Amino acid sequence: MTLGTWLALVVALVLAAETVRWLRQRALRGGRDRWRRFFKHRTTSWGVGIMAFLVILALAAPLVAPYNPNEQLGIVQLKNHAPSWTFILGTDVLSRDVWSRAVWGARVSLGIGALGALVAISLGTVVGALAGYYRRWIDPLLMRSVDVGLALPRIFILLMVVALWDGLPFAALVLAIGLTSWLGTSRLVRAEVLSLRERDFVVAARALGAGGARVIFRHVLPNAAAPIIVSAALGVGNVLLLEASLSFLGIGVAPPDPSWGNMIADGASTIYSAPWTTLFPGLAISLVVMSLNAIADGLRDALDPREEPA
Amino acid sequence: MSGAAWLLRRLVASVAIIFAVVTLVFVLIHIAPGEPCPSDEPVDPTVCLELKREFGLDRPLPEQYWRYLVALTHGNLGYSFSLRRPVRDALAETIPFTLQLGAAALLLDFVLGLLLGIYQASRVNRLPDLLLGNITLFVYSLPTFWLALILLLLFAERLSWFPVGGASNPIFCPTVDSLYCVADRLWHLILPAATLGLVGAAGTARFQRAAMLDVSSQDYVRTARAKGVPERQVVLRHQFRNALLSFITRFGLAFPFLLTGAVLIETIFAWPGMGRLAFNAILARDHTLVTATALIASTVVVLGNLVADILLELADPRLRVRADVTTEIVTA
Amino acid sequence: MTAPGSIPALLRVRDLKTYFVTEHGKGTARAVDDVSFDLYPGETLGIVGESGCGKTVTSLSILRLVPEPPGHILPGSVIEFEGRNLLALPAAELRAVRGNQIAMIFQEPMTSLNPVFTVGDQIAEAAIIHQGLSGSAARARAIEMLRLVGIPDPAERVDHYPHQLSGGMRQRVMIAMALVCNPKILIADEPTTALDVTIQAQILELLDNLQNRFGMAVLLITHDLGVVAGHADRVVVMYAGRVVETAPTERLFDQPTHPYTEGLLAAVPRIDAPRARLHAIPGQVPAATAWPSGCRFRPRCPYAWDKCLEEPGLLETGFDGHTARCWLVTEPERRRPRP
Repeated sequence: MTLGTWLALVVALVLAAETVRWLRQRALRGGRDRWRRFFKHRTTSWGVGIMAFLVILALAAPLVAPYNPNEQLGIVQLKNHAPSWTFILGTDVLSRDVWSRAVWGARVSLGIGALGALVAISLGTVVGALAGYYRRWIDPLLMRSVDVGLALPRIFILLMVVALWDGLPFAALVLAIGLTSWLGTSRLVRAEVLSLRERDFVVAARALGAGGARVIFRHVLPNAAAPIIVSAALGVGNVLLLEASLSFLGIGVAPPDPSWGNMIADGASTIYSAPWTTLFPGLAISLVVMSLNAIADGLRDALDPREEPA
Repeated sequence: MSGAAWLLRRLVASVAIIFAVVTLVFVLIHIAPGEPCPSDEPVDPTVCLELKREFGLDRPLPEQYWRYLVALTHGNLGYSFSLRRPVRDALAETIPFTLQLGAAALLLDFVLGLLLGIYQASRVNRLPDLLLGNITLFVYSLPTFWLALILLLLFAERLSWFPVGGASNPIFCPTVDSLYCVADRLWHLILPAATLGLVGAAGTARFQRAAMLDVSSQDYVRTARAKGVPERQVVLRHQFRNALLSFITRFGLAFPFLLTGAVLIETIFAWPGMGRLAFNAILARDHTLVTATALIASTVVVLGNLVADILLELADPRLRVRADVTTEIVTA
Repeated sequence: MTAPGSIPALLRVRDLKTYFVTEHGKGTARAVDDVSFDLYPGETLGIVGESGCGKTVTSLSILRLVPEPPGHILPGSVIEFEGRNLLALPAAELRAVRGNQIAMIFQEPMTSLNPVFTVGDQIAEAAIIHQGLSGSAARARAIEMLRLVGIPDPAERVDHYPHQLSGGMRQRVMIAMALVCNPKILIADEPTTALDVTIQAQILELLDNLQNRFGMAVLLITHDLGVVAGHADRVVVMYAGRVVETAPTERLFDQPTHPYTEGLLAAVPRIDAPRARLHAIPGQVPAATAWPSGCRFRPRCPYAWDKCLEEPGLLETGFDGHTARCWLVTEPERRRPRP
């Protein structure tokens, strides 16, 4: 680590902590009930803080990483070097700086997580809303397809897709993961839409002559937003884990580009002699998923319609 | 409709789903670009063509599909060219291992998860609950394959309490023919099952805690207390019985999780199960083996859902009573 | 049956205070703030008031059913039942009282019955716990109770689940559940509010009959003056967490003393007097976290004068059993609407 990168790291930490503190103050002081409920538990604040920190790191990768993540720094002497002041997370079997790889890997993993979840949630919401609102023949058709999709474990489908089409570009990987993750959301959204469509305000909108799409997007979905948002938070975590699993198995992000998953795979063979190569990427994944779960918990509390003041 | 008619309907739907999955997989694996040679070693093109003809891979797709279905009805799952043996044999060898792993993990998952969830709910927002809550949050967020590696490092390498892999000691116990070998098998099972089970249990605990808390705020719990029911009975009889309903729905979701976990865990622990088999089969583009494993996997998932639905029907009286019971319109 | 002075009270509530902690500095909600009343054997005492006056919390406090965080009953409160302070009882003894000597029925029969157990199971449970009956004996008792509360085909209904019954029937089941151990006191928290009007009358009539038969005292909590008029012997009127007037029913309707009671009665539309507009009490019930100082009704009272800045105690009106928390008792000439 160079002085510059240390500085950048500290700035990132402070920035993240301050952001959380500022948000929390705003929420607890004045502000709407929802925000107050969101920040009620300490773990949620920690979750927001950790995510903020990691996102800042990922965005500021060039500033925070002292070395090129793919650069082999000294094949003989620096191989599997334990964590030290120069290499704060050590080096791996190909003598690459683990910290730099982790930071650049954050871009990949978090990016895939966010984009994949976006695809999944969007598709799931649309399908679920269509099925729940129009019913008749669309509903059974779509829902049976969902049943079929859910019958096969996701990893099977992904394995097949990814393994059979070699050399998949990054975008295709994201798309593939997203396309296999929308099923659960669609069921959720469908259930919400089903219960909402009989509500008076929807009937009123239809009586005013509003067409299907308008009713769905302007009236129904905003009221169904709560479980969708919670599902989105959890979805990012799920996609992340999926990508990590695929990369670990060797069919996700292709080496030498770092992703937290394939870093773990790289380090697996030397786990006994150089545990840090596996430890840190794994911790990073756990931290992200944990933070997202904590945030999802907070969102659930905040958006719970029963808690809204009468 | 009556119970039997409902069951029949569900069974038919389940079979239809499995059927659709198999079709999907079949199509997927056949339209993948660059079909390799159906052989486990590189051969030159003419031999390749010959092999393709032998396996019927040069026929049009619908015909292959039809032949496959016909073969299925005879119980013939095809021939695996990457393993050079009938698929049936390969599966017969590996399925039991995955079953053992799955069953052990499931047991750990549910027993530990339920106990933790109930305990946490009974001490809600006090120190044990907060502590356990954070622990379960952490464990639940761990990637299963990473946990596997860590556990291996700790317990197998550093402490040498458990073996580093495999299902049994190859020298002394190639087959399970004595009590010692059973114990040996169990000893090998512990680490992989614990990996899957712990992560699952953390999720179940979180879920069950939420379910119990949700139930505890219900009016009928207050009624039970007002009747003078002892607190323990209130929790175990009134609350748990209702929280069980949401637990059963979760039960159906456990199977996909286990199967996914199986692929990863079996690879890491060199556990000779179906997950590892499937993974290798996909990489080798072994059509028959892949389709067969997809068949098994989807059957397990669909069965799991079916069982969960049946249990739910039995457990929730609100679902059980159908239109054949006359609900009178009141005399108050 | 009016309350005779010589028979000791079955239930004595004195200085009951139940407060709730609210989140994030909104302060403490003093839902029940110094409530006292007596309940005599065999009588029906009505507790009347608007939502938010603390009547439900009062009833829950008697059996200590108030959820402990965020609520708590302050020390110094006394709830004496047959000489024992219920608030000081250890858990096991309290459980022996609940459902056995003092029973309670709630407002929402839909959610107050456990959906996964049969109606018979739930009635029998109380009998099994308190009277040690065996399973079959308890079941027979449950059928008997169902018949008593007027449910047709009790032998068949005993195996039904709550969702198979209508609202009125569920409330009857609740009553059966409460009375199976022949309690001395039945606390009925708004038992008819969630029911249709015709069913309301039936349920109240049922309660009357059962009371005549078993001789228990009934604490009837309601916001409906009509219910009180027809079924209560004495009435306690609550406002802002306090008792503002206590009187025998007829006296209360005839000669209400407290301006709030006056307002409540005036607000009831009457068939025999043509009126152009409904009378409403001006203003709103204040929040439990910020009761007004002095007399709590002062901001809404048509007669208030400067003495009302000092809160009155429950003053004797001179008529037997009639007290009111109002300075008009001592200075009746002030009962003039302000200009």
